[in-house]
Amino acid sequence: MAQEKENLLTDDFLRQLINVGEVDILVGLPTYNNAKTIGLVVQSVQSGILRWFPRERAVIINADGGSRDGTPELVTGVSIDDVRPAASLHALRTLHSVSTKYASTPESGTALHSIFAAAELLRAKACVVLSPDSENIQPEWLSRLVQPVYKDGYDLVAPTYLRHRFDGLLVTNLLYPMTRALYGLRIREPYPSEFGFSGNLGSQFLAQNHWEDGANQPGGELRFTLAAIRQQCRIRQAFLGSKEHIERRAAEMVPALRQTVGPLFSSLESDFALWSTVTGSQPVPTTGPETPELLEPVRVNRKRLREMFSTGVAELSSVFQTILTPSTLAELQRIAGQSDVTFEYPAELWVKTVYEFAASYQKAVISRDHIIQALAPLFRGRACTFIAENRNGSANDVENNVEGLCLEFERLKPYLIQMWKSGQ
Amino acid sequence: MRELIIQELSQVIEQMARGFAHYLPRLIVMLILALAGWLIAYVVKSILRSILRLLKFDRLSENAGAAQLLDKAALPSATEVLSRFVFWVVWIGFVLLGVSVLGILGLQEQVARFFIFLPRLGVAMFIFFFGLLAAGFFSRAVLLASVNANVPSPRFLSHAVRTIIIVFVLSIVFEELGLAQQTMLVAFGIVFGALMLGLAIAFGLGGRDLAQAFLERRFLRTGKEENEDELSPL
Repeated sequence: MAQEKENLLTDDFLRQLINVGEVDILVGLPTYNNAKTIGLVVQSVQSGILRWFPRERAVIINADGGSRDGTPELVTGVSIDDVRPAASLHALRTLHSVSTKYASTPESGTALHSIFAAAELLRAKACVVLSPDSENIQPEWLSRLVQPVYKDGYDLVAPTYLRHRFDGLLVTNLLYPMTRALYGLRIREPYPSEFGFSGNLGSQFLAQNHWEDGANQPGGELRFTLAAIRQQCRIRQAFLGSKEHIERRAAEMVPALRQTVGPLFSSLESDFALWSTVTGSQPVPTTGPETPELLEPVRVNRKRLREMFSTGVAELSSVFQTILTPSTLAELQRIAGQSDVTFEYPAELWVKTVYEFAASYQKAVISRDHIIQALAPLFRGRACTFIAENRNGSANDVENNVEGLCLEFERLKPYLIQMWKSGQ
Repeated sequence: MRELIIQELSQVIEQMARGFAHYLPRLIVMLILALAGWLIAYVVKSILRSILRLLKFDRLSENAGAAQLLDKAALPSATEVLSRFVFWVVWIGFVLLGVSVLGILGLQEQVARFFIFLPRLGVAMFIFFFGLLAAGFFSRAVLLASVNANVPSPRFLSHAVRTIIIVFVLSIVFEELGLAQQTMLVAFGIVFGALMLGLAIAFGLGGRDLAQAFLERRFLRTGKEENEDELSPL
């Protein structure tokens, strides 16, 4: 790990960090070609620091994945003097902006690694990572994510958002219910793009020496959340408002599954002793509404989702035979034959499917990446049903539906444990 | 005359007895080698079978598609086939070693050739197995990528990739074994060329509209269409 850290902390980066000295608050911005939005994000950060932390020593650390549109220059070039007159606020300390290029291609895990390493070196008390493509970031976000760590001693502050009704379906249909059922904590965004954390938690995560076996890979945010749960850290949620991201790469299904479901399934292997003993789930203290109102739905082509589900079930039957139990596969083949009107992928079948995928991932019945890819068409089928069920429902109805799915994940947990043990 | 015949006969019998006496110890050595070889081969087979079971070789061969081939040929599991194969190779090796002890000139040359051939056989088997593994892996990768990209006929594409890799692997295996090298080279060229030409013609003529639609979708699609059709999962 020392070698890894040495590679990330280049001489130039180290020199800049030494010039900064110790800090109270560190703001991490992992970027890659974010010139369109980064100016707004940095200005919001500066406003937030001027307003809520004028006496604290603060630094912005930009970990860049080889931008070709001048993103790092924009981060270091924005002066706090541009914000002061507009906000009629005054900082008592210098706000430093440091940029480092960790690689020539973006790797979210390595970007996080750079930010954690810088936070440890600067002995930051409270840190926050913000998404560089947030179109509607507010200065208040900084306060909501940092204050609980800096003032109240929390270790991790996860966000909750006001979302479009059908936005983030992978989070509502798999990540949230499954992490909740397995780890026993109701964290709405286990894969956060914005989050606050204590310097201690960052250092502990850094010291866990698992960067070589996957933490540098995409999905570092999820691994970080799970590490906080594993270490029984004090976790809180903060409502940030609506989530609007200009970046669409994450919208691609298979990369999204690789970034999220892959790390979740692989964490289950090492955490078996922990999650197999957890029953039920506990709420996490939240600032702001726990079940936020939903924005109007985004437009999704349901017919196409269903067709891709049916094609997937038919074409990938040989792959599913190695992953799923015969009864689950037979049930999937039955619903794949249903018409658009009657099509329904029930919650129980979806939960069994996900658990069987997790158990097969552990057994590595085929290449693990292939297992993750094979989940994509099935998730489309589940998304199609979720959209149909909630098309005309109120925010409360949608929330009840998600809650029902979560309880189903909790109810069927013994099924996963049984399959898991049979594979060991 | 009678004495002459008896003398000749006794000479022949004496020569035979001398010859037999000369070969008897070698024959006994050969039999001992064959027996010891059988025992060693049996032990090697048992050890190899245990190691392969420990390594879950049957699952690996299932992934490679070798298990399905064996199943179709009504053969036992891959672990059993490989351990039996090694048993026979080791035992035949010892038997041939015993035969070479007999000192029969023509046979000695054949035995030497067998021992030279053995490493090549091992390499060929290694290439064949890992070739099947690669064919299974890449054909599945193509199948999954095609299904997720909504490309038409994903199974056809997957089978095509599998066939091409297997043909390629077989040509390498035969070359390694030194069996009909020229014939295999020509056969490979013909099969591979025909496959490529067939695919090109099929894609160019039969799937002209499909190709056009695919290329249009791939290169001319608008951001609006993309956003309308796809979920935002995160």
